[in-house]
Amino acid sequence: MGDGKTDHDHDHDHMHQYDPDHQHPLQEDHDDTMTYYRVMEEAVRDLLIEKNLINADQIRDQIEKMDARVPANGAKIVARAWTDKAYKKRLVSDPKSAINELGHDIGPMNLIVLENTESVHNVVVCTLCSCYPRWILGLPPDWYKSREYRSRVVREPRVVLKEFGTMINDSREVRVHDSTADMRYLVLPLQPKGTEDYTEAHLVDMIGRDALIGVVEVAAP
Amino acid sequence: MRRFDEGSMVKVRSYFPPSPPAHCRTPFYIRGCVGKIERVCGVFDNPEELAFGRVGVDKKTLYRVRFFQHDVWPDYKGSRTDKIDIELYDFWLEKIEGDQK
Repeated sequence: MGDGKTDHDHDHDHMHQYDPDHQHPLQEDHDDTMTYYRVMEEAVRDLLIEKNLINADQIRDQIEKMDARVPANGAKIVARAWTDKAYKKRLVSDPKSAINELGHDIGPMNLIVLENTESVHNVVVCTLCSCYPRWILGLPPDWYKSREYRSRVVREPRVVLKEFGTMINDSREVRVHDSTADMRYLVLPLQPKGTEDYTEAHLVDMIGRDALIGVVEVAAP
Repeated sequence: MRRFDEGSMVKVRSYFPPSPPAHCRTPFYIRGCVGKIERVCGVFDNPEELAFGRVGVDKKTLYRVRFFQHDVWPDYKGSRTDKIDIELYDFWLEKIEGDQK
C-alpha cells in the first residue's frame, strides 16, 4: 500500500462529487484471488440455487451455524462430565444423547468419546485429510490439517506431544486415534488434581481446544 | 455383512490399486499389519464408491482396529504398550488363520 499520506494528506468529506484529478490510492482487495476451488465453489453454489435445490438464505444460515460451533461447547461437555459421574458414564456410552442433554445437536456425526485415564492418554488425528468433530468444536486448527502433524503424530506421537509441551510418562500408554472414516473423536481429558471442588463454570475456563484433541492435558490454574 | 466381532484378530490387506481412479480410505502405513477389532462401528456407504458419486450402492461394515505401534513401525521409539486405533472397512480386512474367535 505504501505511504498513502503523500497522495491524500487532507481532511475532507468523502461525499464529494466525482473528480478525475482526485483519486484515492488504490487499495488491494484480499479476496479477489480466483483459485480453482473458489471458482468451483461459486459455480456449484450458483447451480444449487438456480435449480431451486437450496436457497441463498439456507447457505448463509448454515455458515452462521458453523461459525457458532466453538471449542467452548466441548469444554462445557467435559466440565459436566467431571462434575457429574452419572453424566460422564452416559457421555462415554452414548455421546450423542448425552451431548443432546446439554442442548447441542450433533447432527449426523458419529462421535466416540475417548476417556483419558491414569494409564492411557488419547490423541486424535486424521492422517488422510482433516476429519474433526466440527459439529461441536467448529473448524479444526491449521496445525491439525498440516501434513507434518498428520504424518508425524502416528509415527512418533510422544515426540510430537513433547513439542506441544506434553510429557507422557513411559508407564502410561499413548493411544493415537486415526479418524479415517465415519467416526469423529472427542478426548475427555483427566481432571487436574486439586480441582475437585471447583464449580463447573470455573472448570470450563480451564479446558482449551487442544486438550479436546489430546495434544495437551488440562493443567490446574 | 459383518465378518468380525470385537476381539477378532485381523490382517489389513496389502492391496494397492493397479491404476487410478481409486479413492482409498486405508492409509499405506497400516496395510499388511495385524491388529485386533476394537469395536464394530456400524454399516456405512462405502466411501471408495461415494468418492465417484455412487451413492447408496454399496454399504459396508466399518470397524475400529487396534494395533501395537511396535507392529506398525518396526523402529518405533516409545512405550511397548503404545497403540494406534484406526477405522477400517470390512473389505480391507482378512481373517487370521487359526484365530479362535
